[in-house]
Amino acid sequence: MELIKPSFGLIFWMLLGFGILFFILAKFAWPVITKGIASRNKKIQDQLDEAERIHAELQNLNKKHEEMLAQAKAERDDILNEARIISQKIQETAKQRADAEAQQIVAEAKQTIQMEKMKAITDLKNEIANFSINIAEKIMTEELSDKSKQEKLIEKWVSEGSLN
Amino acid sequence: MNYKLKRLVSIVLCMVLMLTFSLKSAVASEEKKFDAGPFIIEHVTDSYGWHICGEGEKSVTIPLPIMLWDNGHFVAFMSNKLHHGEAAYKGYAQGWGEQKGSIVKLSEDFTGHMEEGVEYPVDHVCKINISITKNVCSLFISLILIGWIFLSVAKQYKKRPDQAPRGLQALVEPVVIYIQDEVINPSLGQHAPKYTPYLLTLFFFILLNNLMGLIPVFPGGANLSGNIAVTGILALITFFITQFSSKKEYWVHMVNTPGVPWWLKIPIPIMPFVETLGMFTKPFVLMVRLFANMTAGHIVVLGFISLIFIFGQMAPAIGYGVSVVSIIFYVFMGLLELLVAFIQAFVFTLLSSIYIAGAIGDDHAAHE
Repeated sequence: MELIKPSFGLIFWMLLGFGILFFILAKFAWPVITKGIASRNKKIQDQLDEAERIHAELQNLNKKHEEMLAQAKAERDDILNEARIISQKIQETAKQRADAEAQQIVAEAKQTIQMEKMKAITDLKNEIANFSINIAEKIMTEELSDKSKQEKLIEKWVSEGSLN
Repeated sequence: MNYKLKRLVSIVLCMVLMLTFSLKSAVASEEKKFDAGPFIIEHVTDSYGWHICGEGEKSVTIPLPIMLWDNGHFVAFMSNKLHHGEAAYKGYAQGWGEQKGSIVKLSEDFTGHMEEGVEYPVDHVCKINISITKNVCSLFISLILIGWIFLSVAKQYKKRPDQAPRGLQALVEPVVIYIQDEVINPSLGQHAPKYTPYLLTLFFFILLNNLMGLIPVFPGGANLSGNIAVTGILALITFFITQFSSKKEYWVHMVNTPGVPWWLKIPIPIMPFVETLGMFTKPFVLMVRLFANMTAGHIVVLGFISLIFIFGQMAPAIGYGVSVVSIIFYVFMGLLELLVAFIQAFVFTLLSSIYIAGAIGDDHAAHE
C-alpha cells in the first residue's frame, strides 16, 4: 500500500472505530473523569478555605484570649491596689482609734489619780485638823488646869480684843 | 554513575546480541540483494498480514482477514492464502505496480502460486475493500486499550469519589488535567465543556497510537498514526466540527476580512479567496503534519537498521561493527520519537481546539 494514498478500508474502519470510541468515552468516561477531577478540586479548595477560616478564627480566639488575660491581669492589679489602700486605711484608722483610746485611758487615769490625790489630801487635812484639835484640847486642858493661867489667858484675850 | 554505565552497556550488548541473530538469518538466506527502500516502505505502510519475524519461507506472519465487496458479493478469506502477493485465491490477488496495495480481481478465477515473469491479466481493482489489515488490527487494539483505560479510570472516579488518584488513574489524570488546563480551556474558554470529550479522545488516540508505533514487536509496530488515512480522518473530523460550530462572525471574517485594504477585496477578491483556502489548508496541514512526523521518524529508525544489513552484505564483520553505531542512533531516535509522540499529539489537539475556537469567534487564541 502506497504511502500517501489513503485506503478505503482504513478510512472505513477508522471512521467507525473512532466514532464508536468517541461515543463510548463521551458517554461513559469523560464526563465522569472531568466531573470527578472538578469535584475533587472543589473539595480540596473548600478544605483549604475551611482551614484558612479556622486558622483565622483560631488567631482571633487567641487574640481574644490574650486580651482577656491582659484585662484579667489589669483587674487583678486594680483589686490588689485597692486592697492595699483599704488595708492601709484600716491600719491607719485602727491606729488612730487605738491612740485615741489610749489617750482617753490615760486621761481617765490622770483624772482618777487627781481625784484620789484630792481625796487623799482632804483626808490628810481632816486628819491633821483632828490631830491638831486633839493636841489643842490636850494643851488647853493642861493649860487651864490652874486658875492663874486661866485668868492670864482671859486677860490676854480681853486685852487683844477689847475695845476695837 | 558506574552502575548506570554498566546498565547502559548491558542494554546495548543485549541489543547487539539480538541483532546478531537477525543478521545471521539475513546473511544466511542471502539469495537476493537487500534493498533498503522497499524494506522501509513496506514497514511504514499497511499490509494484509501482520509480519512478526523471519524472512521468506520461514517468516512468521499473523494472517488477517481480507474482506471485499466485489460485484455485489461479499468475499472474505485469510491473507495467508495470498502468500505475500505471490499467490492468488479464487482469482483475487494483491495488486502490483500501479495497483500496489490493493486487491485485484484477475481475469481468470484461479487459486495457486503466481509464477514470476508470467503476465496475469487484471480484470478490475476491488474498490470496496474493508480488509482487516495490519493497521486496522492495530486500530482495534488501540481502541480497545483506550476504551479499557478510560472506562476503568472512570470507574475509579465513581468508586472512590474525591479521593487521591491511584494506579492507572494517577497515571492518566495529570495528562487529562494538563490537556484540559493548558490546551482546551485557554483556547475555548466557556465553550470548553462541549468540545472537551472530542479533544481528549483525539489527544489520547493520537498519543497511544504514536507510542504503540514505537514498540517494535507485535501489539505495536504498526505505523497507524503515520498513516495518511488515519490522520486524514482525524483532520476531517476537526474540520467538520469547526464548520458546524462556526458562528456568523467566522463567515463574515472570511468574506470581508477586517483590517486589510479594500483593494484586496474589490474587485478581485484576493483575501476572501485566501481565507477560504485557509479553511481547507488548516485541516490539510493537520493531516500532513502528524503523518509526516510519525512516518519520518519510522523511516529514520528503519534507515539505521537497514544500514546494518547493507554493511552486513559487504562483509558480516562490518555489519557487526556498524550495528553498534546503528543501535546507539536507534536508541537516540527512539527517545526523540518518544518526545515527538507526545508533541504531535499535543500539537494536533492544540491546533484543533484553536481552529474550533476561531470558528466560534469570541476567542483570542484563534488569532495568534
